[in-house]
Amino acid sequence: MADLSAVRADGLVKAFGDFRAVDGVDLHVRQGEIFGVLGPNGAGKTTMLRMLATLLPVDGGHAEIFGVDVRREPHRVRQLVGVTGQYASVDEDLTARENLWLFGRLQGVTSARAKAIAGDLLERFDLQEAADRPLAQFSGGMRRRLDLASSLITRPPLIFLDEPTTGLDPRTRGQMWDTIRDLVTDGSTILLTTQYLDEADQLAHRVAVIDRGRKVAEDTPDALKSQVGESTLQLGLAEGADIALAADVVRRLLGEDPVLTPESGRVNIPLPDPDRAADVLIGLREAGLRISSVSVAKPTLDEVFLALTGHGADDESQMEAAR
Amino acid sequence: MTVHTLNPDTADARSVDPSALVARTTSRPSLGETRVQTLSMAWRALKKMRRKPEQFFDVLIQPLLFTAMFAFIFGGAISGSVSEYLPVLIPGILAQTALTVCMATGVQMREDMDKGVFDRFKSLPIARIAPLAGPMIADLIRYGVASVLTVVTGLLIGYRPGGGVLGCVGGVALTVIAGWSLAWIFTWLGTKARSAQSVQGISMMIMFPLTFLSNAFVPAETLPGWLEAFVKVNPVSHVVSAVRDLCNDGAVTAEVGWAVIGCAAVVAVFAPLAVRSYSRKM
Repeated sequence: MADLSAVRADGLVKAFGDFRAVDGVDLHVRQGEIFGVLGPNGAGKTTMLRMLATLLPVDGGHAEIFGVDVRREPHRVRQLVGVTGQYASVDEDLTARENLWLFGRLQGVTSARAKAIAGDLLERFDLQEAADRPLAQFSGGMRRRLDLASSLITRPPLIFLDEPTTGLDPRTRGQMWDTIRDLVTDGSTILLTTQYLDEADQLAHRVAVIDRGRKVAEDTPDALKSQVGESTLQLGLAEGADIALAADVVRRLLGEDPVLTPESGRVNIPLPDPDRAADVLIGLREAGLRISSVSVAKPTLDEVFLALTGHGADDESQMEAAR
Repeated sequence: MTVHTLNPDTADARSVDPSALVARTTSRPSLGETRVQTLSMAWRALKKMRRKPEQFFDVLIQPLLFTAMFAFIFGGAISGSVSEYLPVLIPGILAQTALTVCMATGVQMREDMDKGVFDRFKSLPIARIAPLAGPMIADLIRYGVASVLTVVTGLLIGYRPGGGVLGCVGGVALTVIAGWSLAWIFTWLGTKARSAQSVQGISMMIMFPLTFLSNAFVPAETLPGWLEAFVKVNPVSHVVSAVRDLCNDGAVTAEVGWAVIGCAAVVAVFAPLAVRSYSRKM
């Protein structure tokens, strides 16, 4: 059954009183892919994931995991899904090894085999040395790794990762990314939520952008980025330079309108291709315009958002939603 | 992190076949699975007890302090002498201690449920009763310790139970059963209440009238009629009377039967309520 979807959700709704945290989201995750759900804090990503993981009741719509109805057969769904939350959900009062053993036992693994699996996972996630220490001494990265390891004991075919790298330092983050890629090589399907475009770009095959409980876009990371330009050339013009003339030069060279801030002499130019930055700089030099600062920025989540929804990722309503 | 090759036993790479896995899923946990899961949760609770022995503070102090204190303060006034009062008091203290431990069960359940790990328990395919029943099995130790300690304190200050060793063992056993059964009420409260503090508050409000408006410390006949009426229907009174019959007379009376039936009824009502409220609270 190759056409069996890992996740199929239609018109998913979750309402808290009058507030619709998830407001009619359709989601279709194919087997063996990493599917990213991208959105700012409070957009409804976690709520959606918790519904799919049977942790929250579904208020409206329909959801299936490998064809099993989430509402009607939650116990079946729980056997197919591993969940790793935003906040490491491991037992603080037990050691790493005891945690893994307990989760194994709870899922019907024999004691001896649970021990063996715990040993393997501790080794794989580089936690052997800390295996028998109290969890209080664990760093954020170690906790997160243990949390992910706990989700893999029975090798579930679908893994939910809720903001797996939020709050991790860049190095630990890179390690986490490698681990996640390995899981897919092993044949698992992954649904992950993230606030970082960068992360979705690095990991996901396809991305859904969620805003205020609704899906506003779904595409490959490349296609999403191309909607806002590959990157942005940010220029500061030297004092007294003619900003209108600079805008003309950019328009002639790239056929696109730059974003101008005349008060500070700043010009932001969306670049379809980073290679064109040199063309713009040469063009400005030839027009006799002097430049005080140059930088090239990648599109941020905020810019993707602005392009997709017409409002920023951090504006007030989102903040409100986050509460 | 370094990626090691997994043991082939745990990682048969690229062989994840979801449709085969779906076919293997079950729609509810079997009785055997539920048993293993409950015992695993009990193991977890025991580990926690061993790491946080301060949890045993109330279990150790209350029997020692209350038994000695009440015996010497009320003994003369109520029964004429301390040794005459002890047969009345010890079963009363047993019931009171059991209720206190019950309360702690509810409060700890609430505290535990607020932890992140309960999210994982909920996401796992385990029987919903296991996370509740597991800690309660581990708590049997606390009821046992508290009851035995109460009886021993009594013996030290001159309690000579007429029921002998067997009667006392019966009394302690009944106390443990009663405590464990009543704990389901507090566990249910724990799954309902907003915070551990509110569980504590509500439990106090339930516990104080139940223990003091019973025959635990005074003979019911000495009370005004309206109060005596309440005391006589108070389930705690029945447990206390039953424990008295066992400890002091070694007799398995109708009271014992009623106490056991009452306990069974409480479990039959509140265990399903607690499980339902726990599965909803997500």
